[in-house]
Amino acid sequence: MSERPMAPRDQGAPDYTQYLHPLMAKNYGQWDYHERLRPGVLVHVAENGDKLYTVRAGSPRTMSADTVRKVCDIADKYCEGFVRFTTRANIEFLLGDASQLDNLIGTVENDLGWPVGGTGPSVSNIAHTQGWLHCNLPGTDAAGSVKAMMDDLIEEFKTESFPNRVHLSTSCCQINCASHGDISVIVQHHHPPRINHDNMQICELPKVVAICPAAAIRPAVVNGRESVEVVQEKCMYCGACHGQCPSMEIRDAQTDTLSIWVGGKMSNARTAPSFMKLAVWGLPNNPPRWPEISAAVRRILQAYKEGGKDWERIGEWIERIGWQRFFEKTGFPFTKYHIDDSPEALSNLNRSAMVRL
Amino acid sequence: MSSEDSSPGMALNTPLLNELESGPWPSFVKDLKEYSKKRPQIVQLLNQLEESYENKWNYWLGKIINVPGYGGGVIARVSEKADKYPALANFHTVRVIEPPGWVYSTAALRNLADSAERHGAGILQLHGMSGDILLLGFDDNGSMNVAEDLMHDGWDIGGSGAAMRTLQCCVGQARCEMACFDTMKTTKFITDSFIEYLHRPEFVYKFKFKLSGCANDCGNSIVRSDMPIIGTWRGPMQVNQEKVAEFIDEKGLEYLIDNVITRCPTRCLSVRGKELKVENDECVRCMHCINVMNKALKPGKDRGVTILVGGHRTLKIGDTMSSVLVPFMKLETDEDLENLKEFIERVWEFWNDNGMDHERIGEFIHRVGMATFLDGVGLEPDPRMILRPRTSPYIKFEELAPSRFGGEQAHSPKVWNRESEGPETAD
Repeated sequence: MSERPMAPRDQGAPDYTQYLHPLMAKNYGQWDYHERLRPGVLVHVAENGDKLYTVRAGSPRTMSADTVRKVCDIADKYCEGFVRFTTRANIEFLLGDASQLDNLIGTVENDLGWPVGGTGPSVSNIAHTQGWLHCNLPGTDAAGSVKAMMDDLIEEFKTESFPNRVHLSTSCCQINCASHGDISVIVQHHHPPRINHDNMQICELPKVVAICPAAAIRPAVVNGRESVEVVQEKCMYCGACHGQCPSMEIRDAQTDTLSIWVGGKMSNARTAPSFMKLAVWGLPNNPPRWPEISAAVRRILQAYKEGGKDWERIGEWIERIGWQRFFEKTGFPFTKYHIDDSPEALSNLNRSAMVRL
Repeated sequence: MSSEDSSPGMALNTPLLNELESGPWPSFVKDLKEYSKKRPQIVQLLNQLEESYENKWNYWLGKIINVPGYGGGVIARVSEKADKYPALANFHTVRVIEPPGWVYSTAALRNLADSAERHGAGILQLHGMSGDILLLGFDDNGSMNVAEDLMHDGWDIGGSGAAMRTLQCCVGQARCEMACFDTMKTTKFITDSFIEYLHRPEFVYKFKFKLSGCANDCGNSIVRSDMPIIGTWRGPMQVNQEKVAEFIDEKGLEYLIDNVITRCPTRCLSVRGKELKVENDECVRCMHCINVMNKALKPGKDRGVTILVGGHRTLKIGDTMSSVLVPFMKLETDEDLENLKEFIERVWEFWNDNGMDHERIGEFIHRVGMATFLDGVGLEPDPRMILRPRTSPYIKFEELAPSRFGGEQAHSPKVWNRESEGPETAD
């Protein structure tokens, strides 16, 4: 430890006013409208006519200190030293001088190697989780499949050719920290947790029992030591107990699979926000490039691009054409596992005589 | 000090990861490999990651360490393969509260990069799924030292555990014409007002705020937070009919009908000639028409927020989505902010007094019922909180039903008098 006095505690959120581009600070709350000049480039026009240009680029989210410094060099040269990041790990270079747009874009794409795009009806960068790089619970990696998928989708990032924007997310377990997207990838387990009874003493057993959403865990004495047992029929392999207690291993490298979910939506525009729904299950966890995932995502995107009407998000498009058509158009099989059996299951059945024949 | 030199001679051996170097999207593998030339511990990180790719298995375990005075913010990771990769024996993440809206000066970013490099592996993630800045790769001492350095430089450590978590908001009024309240200011206000709850976990479980300036919800609040705060307005939206006419001239009447008029969820728009009519009483502020015609249409002038409650991800009862708790609240003056603060305290008090261990507020409401929750936090029921009334007739009407448990009743029964019936059980 250093000899310095302890630093001040509880300072709270940084003073953002010192991090605002001068045009943001000047026109705070005084913006009039914005336009997309081309994919990846926005202009926001203030009520007084001031124009602030934004060049959005896809970042790898995980970056070395040296890469952060390269970003800073570019922002110092073109952006008066100000940038911002987005919810989907894009970076936004902020520019006051329109004549520098081409130079900035060239520098970002060529020197930094980050693609410019992700605006409007494009496939934006993928929100993703830690995976094998740094999480304690993952069944797969996330950054790797994101890299592989975005290699495949980069033209869709750099152009605006969909009915509406497409948000993707990948999560490395069923907790789904990356949350709902128009298309989302998660891992699924297929066995109850394997209990290491010799190491259950590191866990708070009442908490392990209480956390199970299926009430499948109960206290038990095993080999004379306090532990738990899992009622196999009740267990739904969610892994809640594994997060609480590392001695209840839920993952299995041989049998874990990935699944793809569609129709999640955060925005309230036109329709209320919606959760993602199961589209494809049982895909292999196949590092380093997970080609089956990229191929399935591509199939969904292709069907959406062909069939969606302007402004429809993927979930809205599917709700309009019906899930029967979704499975027809994507070619994915509809199975009994697609039928909900959660507590909300009945409300997800077609409770009408409205059927496409 | 970081343990970067503990195995300086180790060579990179990452044939699978190398396959993630090619292709047009920026590669974290390429970046980290390049950086590993001056940070040998990253060789060990990549080699362990390679083993994960090879065996489809994870080698990180958690543990708990904290910065003095704090109860969260360091996500401690120890490697199961520390014998082989000693630099990963302790390789923690430090969460740092991000500037609201993720705005930065390069000086601030360089400061983060320097601190990350000085005490740890020099890997940054911008940003974590909870909004925090993540700095990776600190041993126990490095975690303490980087935290001290960061706090000396004006940063503060982010939240983890059963605490108020680091907040997240959209860019708001700094660069968006649609923002109906000051998301950045409110984010900083809530963070700073309740900073002790962020740093010292004392809730039954985690609590997340996310703030969005309008219903487009770029802050991803309704699905991803326990308490979304979303900008909205009362009264009529602003319509510039000249710009409406320009829009029609440019895009055509059909485009307006197909993409604006018929896409309105409450059918409150119509077009007469080149004039747009809005039935403002029916508008639900979804933002779609404003998104499409953002020069002609704007939110109304009497602005505030809608507050929702209860969103969280799958664990444990399945996804819950936040639902309306306060249909409208003004959020402009310091007094408004104090009102918000008081309201949050009321919600927290009822949840933490009655919630079970590890029970998110959405799960709590699911268990006790929204009506009970409203009663507990002192809010009147409002039809804007629901999509439709209940369909089940099994109801315990407090005014009509007798208490089965003896004692005084909360309300006088209107059709049945307990006293005339005599005691339920013999004394």
